[in-house]
Amino acid sequence: MRSIRRFIDTAGWPRIIIGLLLLSLFIAAPSVGVRVDQSITDTIVRFGMNGILVLGMIPMVQTGCGLNFGLPLGIIAGLLGATISIEIGLTGIAGFLGAIALAIPFAVLLGWGYGKLLNRVKGDEMMIATYVGFSSVSFMCMMWMLLPYHSPKMIWGYGGSGLRTTISLDGFWPHILDNFWAIRIGRNFMIPTGMILFFALMALIMWAFFHTKTGTAMTAVGSNPDYARAAGINVDKMRTISVIMSTVYGAIGILVYQQSFGFIQLYNGPFYMALPAVAAILIGGASVNKANITNAVIGTFLFQGILTMTPSVINNAIQSDLSEVVRIIVSDGMIVYALTRATRKSR
Amino acid sequence: MTEQQPVLQMQDITKEYFGNRVLTNVCLDVNRGEILGLVGENGAGKSTLMNILFGMSIIAETGGYTGKVCIDGKEVVFQNPFDALRAGIGMVHQEFSLIPGFTATENILLNGEVLHDNIVAKLFGPRLKTLDLPEMRSIAEKSIELLGVEINPDTLVAEMPVGHKQFTELAREIHRPEMKLLVLDEPTAVLTESEAQVLLTSLRRLAATGISIIFITHRLQEIFDVCDRIVILRDGQVVKEAATRDTDIVQVAELMVGRSMSAKSVATRAYDEKTETVISIDHLWVDMPGETVRDVTLEVHKGEIFGIGGLAGQGKLGIPNGVMGLYPAGGSVTVHGKPIPLNDPAAALAAGMAFVSEDRRGVGLLLEEALDLNIASTAMQSQNKFIRPLLGGLLKWRDDKAIQDVAREYIEALDIKCTGTSQRVEELSGGNQQKICLAKAFALQPDVLFVSEPTRGIDVGAKARVLEALRTYNRKNGTTIIMISSELEELRSICDRIAIVDEGRIAGILPPSATAKEFGLLMIGKLKGEGSEVNSYA
Ligand SMILES: Nc1ncnc2c1ncn2[C@@H]1O[C@H](COP(=O)(O)OP(=O)(O)OP(=O)(O)O)[C@@H](O)[C@H]1O
Ligand SMILES: [Mg+2]
Repeated sequence: MRSIRRFIDTAGWPRIIIGLLLLSLFIAAPSVGVRVDQSITDTIVRFGMNGILVLGMIPMVQTGCGLNFGLPLGIIAGLLGATISIEIGLTGIAGFLGAIALAIPFAVLLGWGYGKLLNRVKGDEMMIATYVGFSSVSFMCMMWMLLPYHSPKMIWGYGGSGLRTTISLDGFWPHILDNFWAIRIGRNFMIPTGMILFFALMALIMWAFFHTKTGTAMTAVGSNPDYARAAGINVDKMRTISVIMSTVYGAIGILVYQQSFGFIQLYNGPFYMALPAVAAILIGGASVNKANITNAVIGTFLFQGILTMTPSVINNAIQSDLSEVVRIIVSDGMIVYALTRATRKSR
Repeated sequence: MTEQQPVLQMQDITKEYFGNRVLTNVCLDVNRGEILGLVGENGAGKSTLMNILFGMSIIAETGGYTGKVCIDGKEVVFQNPFDALRAGIGMVHQEFSLIPGFTATENILLNGEVLHDNIVAKLFGPRLKTLDLPEMRSIAEKSIELLGVEINPDTLVAEMPVGHKQFTELAREIHRPEMKLLVLDEPTAVLTESEAQVLLTSLRRLAATGISIIFITHRLQEIFDVCDRIVILRDGQVVKEAATRDTDIVQVAELMVGRSMSAKSVATRAYDEKTETVISIDHLWVDMPGETVRDVTLEVHKGEIFGIGGLAGQGKLGIPNGVMGLYPAGGSVTVHGKPIPLNDPAAALAAGMAFVSEDRRGVGLLLEEALDLNIASTAMQSQNKFIRPLLGGLLKWRDDKAIQDVAREYIEALDIKCTGTSQRVEELSGGNQQKICLAKAFALQPDVLFVSEPTRGIDVGAKARVLEALRTYNRKNGTTIIMISSELEELRSICDRIAIVDEGRIAGILPPSATAKEFGLLMIGKLKGEGSEVNSYA
């Protein structure tokens, strides 16, 4: 009895309920003709696609900069890396790693500026972050048209300039991680080993970072900035580092997402990435000023699991094609629910 | 008169925090107009018992309690503090709960604002009523006056000295007309003796109007000064309940700790001005709200324990906060002859100075983190301690084992009551949190140690222990200690010299053997005008 109580205390009711809901969807799936193996595969793939974006929430939350609603900024850095990598004609693994290598400097630079900005608006970080996300996307909408890209794979067929809204990765690096050591059983079951391993690597780096002196200082800054200052920690510097990290994770995260998706989405694409990532980490049990890797893993799994399962089960149950509508309702519903749960641990 | 109905009865209260039992079958009655003293060691469960009474949410969140609480004979179960307030219970918590950006008036009348009807409110409901500011101000003034202190109702709380904050908090509780039971959790811990006396006098005055009071303090003399009855808690159980006149201080102290106490005074040394000067402070000014330092010049010698006293708000707390770079400061500070840049905490730490802040929750602790991290963080960040270099020093890995070891060492040395090194500091009792702050400073192994109010909220047994720890530390390592305290007796029991601060300046420096009267005169600034030469001891 006590151990059950303890489990509930540590896991928290919201996660237990969502977890049970997900489980019941998996159980109900066969009876409406949804294949369980296919569903599991979809859930795992979506987990791998979104996991790093969610991990990227952790540093900023930990230093008290709040949830990174400015995630589009990191995504833009990732998009720049991806498009430049294609522009210079890198393909295969070199193309993917090249995209990462090219994206990181942009992410560091943008993150640095973004961090400096957030240091000036302490207390209102999340609102400003949202503006930064919006305005950077709008700004890039112009830039995607104007930047001097030439690769015929990417620019509009007519006109001859400006990038397309959706760029196919065919011939470059589609599914490059998914297929790496992929385990296939039958036609419908696949584990994208490479992508999961890559996620694990990124999680390990994050974990290790928070076990270093700098990572510990960041935790102190988030817990109590006054303590940190009295301990001789440069609070603003730690916050800036955390913003840079979050932005770099955003950039790498979107590249992993794209290789699995098979397409690069420009223009308004980055708009829709921040809220699901924010919702996932909140559902995973993070608060506005405390988050850890477990929160990211559990949250991504639950959020993406529900998002995969609900539309297909409902769709099959009522025999009509509402999946897109259901998907949006479920996704937005979970986001709204998660945001109402966004609490600040008391000081 | 017939048998009187007690205002409050608590029966068989038992409370566990995650399997850790902190209160066992506690029973407690309070009669009308009575002042009940509640004492016990750090972590005995006093605050927990009062949190139960006041319906604090932390209790329900951690699994509730068993037992019965009756007000005027009727059983009540408070879901939240508002229920308790409505039932006429007021509480001043161990830690401040004022809004810093509001004035005294606004804080006192928070949620009890005097409202004016206006046409908009008539149309759209009571939320749009306007405030009757002059009326509010006069209510606030009246309740401050009832306490017998002088506080301008328009002062911002952020700019008040701690003592005034405490009175403001008290005023907030007593202005309510329906008030019948007032709970005060260590209200005097932040006050100087004279301020505490004012508070005690006002408590007596309140009790005379029929309000019952539960009074928690670690200064036992205060219990004997004002309380009618005393309840002693030890390890969550009532070990004795008696009328104050039937017992005495020594007996109470022994019952609290569960062993007999030997009154041991630590001998102080005579001041020897020939030993080398470790720290010299020259024309220091510090802009710390409520504790402004105007012009302080001091020299402290190697191995000395130097005390700084004075009334609240005169600037004694500003000195260490300025030297350590926590508030804007000017002037010059040299340590071992080397000038220390001000306004730079990292530089102050690098110079071998450490500071135990008087504001333990604000500056001193990472409340949500484990206690081992709290103890080790500062040393780790400023001195690269508890770090294992990996990859040839490229990675500075946190050495969790070393951190736990040092935490265990201090838990032992300072007798910190906790469930283990990974318990969150938030969950410790106030006094034990204070000990964590000390451990944090000791872990820095400083050359010069500033301690502000080191025994605030610490029980009698632990107090002797903390002072002893400071003394031992000083003797063993030759650490120079500068101790700032509101308790003159404490300063006199351990310091080699004591400076009294008045209006942001040093009014004089006296040996601990000086009489209480001499200290008292310095504190109220009497000697200054006469150009007296008390300063000659410096
Ligand atoms: N939120 C919490 N979670 C777990 N344990 C707690 C919590 N709050 C208090 N405790 C434990 O309950 C015990 C009693 O604490 P309490 O704060 O009531 O002590 P106290 O008598 O007020 O001590 P002090 O004089 O130091 O203020 C302590 O051992 C403390 O560690
Ligand atoms: Mg207490």
